[in-house]
Amino acid sequence: MSKYLNLSAAALILSGLTAPALADGFGLGREALPEEVAAWDVAVRPDGTGLPEGSGDVWTGEEVFTDYCAACHGDFAEGVDNWPQLAGGRNTLTDDRPVKTVGSYWPYLSTVWDYVNRSMPFGAAQTLSADEVYAITAYILYSNDIVGDDFVLSHENFLDVEMPNADGFIVDDRPETEYPLFSTEPCMENCKESVEITMRASILDVTPDEGNEDAAQDEAQDEAAAAPAADETTTAALDAALVAEGENVFRQCRACHQVGDGAKNRVGPMLNGIVGAPVGAVDGFNYSKAMAEAGQNGMVWTEDELKLFLANPREHMKGTKMSFAGLRKDDDLAAMVEYLKSFPAE
Amino acid sequence: MSDTFKGKGASRRAFLRGSVAAVAGAAAAGSARAATPDPLITEVQDWASGFGAPVDDAPYGLPIRFESDVVRRNVPWLTADTISSINFTPIHALDGTITPQGCAFERHHSGAIELKKEDYRLMINGLVDTPLVFTYEDLERFPRENHVYFCECAANSGMEWAGAQLNGAQFTHGMIHNMEYSGIPLRTLLEEAGLGAAGDLSDKWVYVEGADASSNGRSIPMEKALDDVLVAFKANGEALRMEHGYPVRLVVPGWEGNMWLKWLRRIEVMDGPVEAREETSKYTDLLADGVARKWTWVMDAKSIITAPSPQMPINHGPGALVITGLAWSGHGRITRVDVSKDGGKTWETARLARESETKALTRFYLDTEWDGSEMLLQSRAIDETGYVQPTKAQLREIRGLNSIYHNNAIQTWHVDSNGEAENVEVS
Ligand code: HEC
Ligand code: HEC
Repeated sequence: MSKYLNLSAAALILSGLTAPALADGFGLGREALPEEVAAWDVAVRPDGTGLPEGSGDVWTGEEVFTDYCAACHGDFAEGVDNWPQLAGGRNTLTDDRPVKTVGSYWPYLSTVWDYVNRSMPFGAAQTLSADEVYAITAYILYSNDIVGDDFVLSHENFLDVEMPNADGFIVDDRPETEYPLFSTEPCMENCKESVEITMRASILDVTPDEGNEDAAQDEAQDEAAAAPAADETTTAALDAALVAEGENVFRQCRACHQVGDGAKNRVGPMLNGIVGAPVGAVDGFNYSKAMAEAGQNGMVWTEDELKLFLANPREHMKGTKMSFAGLRKDDDLAAMVEYLKSFPAE
Repeated sequence: MSDTFKGKGASRRAFLRGSVAAVAGAAAAGSARAATPDPLITEVQDWASGFGAPVDDAPYGLPIRFESDVVRRNVPWLTADTISSINFTPIHALDGTITPQGCAFERHHSGAIELKKEDYRLMINGLVDTPLVFTYEDLERFPRENHVYFCECAANSGMEWAGAQLNGAQFTHGMIHNMEYSGIPLRTLLEEAGLGAAGDLSDKWVYVEGADASSNGRSIPMEKALDDVLVAFKANGEALRMEHGYPVRLVVPGWEGNMWLKWLRRIEVMDGPVEAREETSKYTDLLADGVARKWTWVMDAKSIITAPSPQMPINHGPGALVITGLAWSGHGRITRVDVSKDGGKTWETARLARESETKALTRFYLDTEWDGSEMLLQSRAIDETGYVQPTKAQLREIRGLNSIYHNNAIQTWHVDSNGEAENVEVS
């Protein structure tokens, strides 16, 4: 493979690392069961090792992608706001602003399968079936013009897909291209004729300053203060301890939802006043068909309804685009609802 | 602007006001005379008469409130949200070399998780004689070692490739921390599982992953795995903080921070790398010709002047001045640090606070006189391999502007005659 491995082979001989392991060890730990290894060992490698059997086509992939991924990555994988772009960018790697995507940059298809399978959707990782991952992978390839719309990806044809930038990588060559150049005796005096300032950070003015932070802190404090204040405006008094717990649980929602003063729609709708409100009715939010229809049919977010939904969103509301695995503990559900109650409609 | 990073606490401001008064007398230095007696001395102060806080006031204490501005900060425009994001160590305000865990930079890909010791499992599988599962208690029964190492994100200073952007050492160089770890050599655990099954080790790898939703898998060549990698559970004497991987993280000395897996849950011995997302899409260095370097694991020698710096202006006027900073190298020890006050025309060798430890932060000081004129401050680290920290121009010539990672170039601070500093680039 590389000079690196040659080097390391030499080093290993020197340090005697090729010798077999310690005779007996410490006798600690226990043998891993095959089921346990199978549950955790899901890595997929460039040669296809680790791929489960299965398949998925581009159109199924588009549906699944629209439901679970498009909120952040865009309908065509083009990326929303600051969320990663997954398609496009071909032939931009030498531009001033290269666009690195699955199509323009990623050398191996296995990486797409492996990453989507174990880490996406963001906030609900490891909830996709193998067939869904094949379908999504096919759709991402399609979005990158690597396959046609009739393409079906499976464990059998996986290695046939050619990634455009497969040859775009070299092994770290700093030891040859940089280290010799940078290892000469440094100059101490008269090292250059003149020194001019060529660029200043203040021109760009992108450094966050504490003023903004103060504002953010104030907001957070207002948010905290809103809890007791809400006691007075709602008939049933809130359980402050439960609200505080709920605030903690809400960390799982914050990637997608805002609550409190000035809350805005983000990946999910803003949640002020959600308890008791009709389903799917926040202004300006683009709901899934499932959620919009549930609202039109008169469904309301009662406390019970919310708990059922939050325990398992996709089970409770087939077709929702909220890709969140669900809150498993009853305590968390109770705390969550109490916390949401502390933010009445504005 | 100069006040931007000052403490919000009234006392800090009062302190600064006090220092202005001190400046007036600075020229006369040690022979300065006070016009009136200092009431802080002549009057009995509350704290000298009444009680302070009792013991147990804070069973686990935080820094005194006057230091409330010494905190991690993030740069909101860098990432879409704070779940997969990064913040920065306030290196400008720290001294010595050990980074307290509570202000050591955080980088999560799926948020920091709460994982109890009781729920912790570590699996070793793949090309081993016996695949094993360890509990946290099991790990505590292996012989352990203590080492101090720096952990630097490969993207530290990454926003500075194209030009001077962020005004503060915290933001330009704060994706770094340095802690004393207690843990088990990875080698011990691998040997416990038995490496006989792996045969010739020279072309083998270990793949490591975390228990969080990102799992953040990385492949590490066996040579490194058997060399100095630690499976650590304590940092600076106490349990790892949640954000640093409680209860167990990997320590990969001298190599980029992304490989220091947090919430470590699985180690697999393999005959090749996984080429996971974090070693293909990310943490590869795009060169000007459109080709990217991969497996750029080592963090080359680097240094930064932490004070004076944009967040740490000189408030005391001319006279005695301590210029200080940090230096480190992923290749070993720092042997020398030079400081320039004129943008690299002339250099003086700084004093290392202690003998440098391998792959750990080294503190340097230049104890000097400031005449009140402008300075273009730079520092330059040299490590035990003879490598000299390069200039940005040198790096750009080889790599172009788009490599994001591994920017270890010399940094310049322009200090004006008021003592205020700004991030600049010089010819
Ligand atoms: C809530 C927003 C969100 C949703 C929904 C989401 N992602 Fe992501 N995705 C992210 C974020 C954030 C990252 C970057 C994570 C990081 O860097 O740690 C990411 C990264 C990725 C990447 C790697 C991008 C790169 O350039 O390295 C892929 C591929 C991906 N997501 C695919 C998917 C797929 C497929 C789905 C649906 C099954 C999905 N994502 C759903 C937010 C989201
Ligand atoms: C990955 C992003 C994501 C996460 C994480 C997430 N949500 Fe959602 N949420 C959404 C989206 C998108 C919708 C709109 C769903 C639809 O249209 O089908 C939604 C809808 C909702 C609704 C219905 C709103 C309405 O107007 O009817 C509630 C309530 C809700 N989420 C609560 C939560 C709570 C509480 C959490 C955390 C425990 C959470 N969500 C986590 C994305 C998310």
